[in-house]
Amino acid sequence: MADRKKLILDPVLNNNPVILQTLGICSALAVTSSLQVSLVMCVALTTVTAFSNLFISMIRHHIPGSIRIIIQMVIISSLVIVVDQVLRAFLPDIAKTLSVFVGLIITNCIVMGRAEAYAMANPPLPSFLDGIGNGLGYSAILIGVAIIRELFGAGKLMGIEIFPTVSNGGWYVPNGLLLLPPSAFFIIGGFIWIVRSWKPEQRERVENVILDVQVSEH
Amino acid sequence: MEALLSLFIKSIFIENMALSFFLGMCTFLAVSKKITTAFGLGVAVVLVQSITIPANNLILNLFLKPGAMSWLGFEETDLMFLGLISYIGVIAAMVQILEMLLDKFFPALYNALGVFLPLITVNCAILGGSLFMVERDYNFAESVVYGIGSGTGWALAIVALAGLREKMKYSDVPAGLRGLGITFITAGLMAMAFMSFSGVQL
Repeated sequence: MADRKKLILDPVLNNNPVILQTLGICSALAVTSSLQVSLVMCVALTTVTAFSNLFISMIRHHIPGSIRIIIQMVIISSLVIVVDQVLRAFLPDIAKTLSVFVGLIITNCIVMGRAEAYAMANPPLPSFLDGIGNGLGYSAILIGVAIIRELFGAGKLMGIEIFPTVSNGGWYVPNGLLLLPPSAFFIIGGFIWIVRSWKPEQRERVENVILDVQVSEH
Repeated sequence: MEALLSLFIKSIFIENMALSFFLGMCTFLAVSKKITTAFGLGVAVVLVQSITIPANNLILNLFLKPGAMSWLGFEETDLMFLGLISYIGVIAAMVQILEMLLDKFFPALYNALGVFLPLITVNCAILGGSLFMVERDYNFAESVVYGIGSGTGWALAIVALAGLREKMKYSDVPAGLRGLGITFITAGLMAMAFMSFSGVQL
């Protein structure tokens, strides 16, 4: 039981796919300007990761090594097509805002990376949980970035006004920079700094040895 | 002709794949430690991008669009829902073919590209390019130009970032921010610089 809990919780903080493994960054940057869109994206990605891990793990003994990438791709893209069609049918507005990014879940490295690194070597149930865990780790970053960007960039959360903006007769002057895509880079960079200051074992080894000695010995 | 030229410039600078749409970010951040490797990867992306986008354009117009299969006698078939799976199939196949051709005829280039070539299959800039081509309804000529342009734009961005990171080895970055953290912030500043191109009217 403890193992299963670890499978789900570990990727959220200790081994986060976005900030530690450098996976799945593309969509983390592009869709986070509003919380609602990000939530839909998180649900979509977690579903795809969990189920692709489950199915790939089920047939892992039958996949020949030389063509495994193509087989994984076919499974993942079939799942993404299902998600894409569901979004278009039930949430057409959000599907329009997400535009190509739903399709890009196929090449999201989290899905591929977990299939390759975990599902190919583990039984179905742990793989499924690992998929959910990594999906949640990705969601944690995405939701954090989206809250900062929407709250301070537009004074809203989920489209509901939290800080009344100046243009509507309130007091808050929105920071337009946060609505622009580059701000996501700075926010994720900041998250990395916070997490690595809190958990120093995640820091990267530096190649420049002279500099390393000078800095770490103070 | 003028329209094609402006599409080319637009796809390199104004709609830069890496810095305005954030596609191919994982490789962009992970493989930009050295200028030489970044350049190799950039060349590979330009090659693959300029082959796959026109190829996917043909698939879209000859098979997938509603009514596109009338030349086969299927007047009303709409296969758009198979889009994603066929684009990624084309990309994976093209990368595989390109790898074999390069290995056979240009071994020097093949060795230089090395492990990057297979990695390109999962680079979202490639699939993203094809999906943008579908969304914006480019014709064949436009898709050729867009393929070359968007690949070049991505290559330009990764080489520039690699250059910055090589210089940054000499700077004293706070311990928790070293490596990935500072790379994010650098890429953010680059993206802001590239935003100034959005004022260019073509």
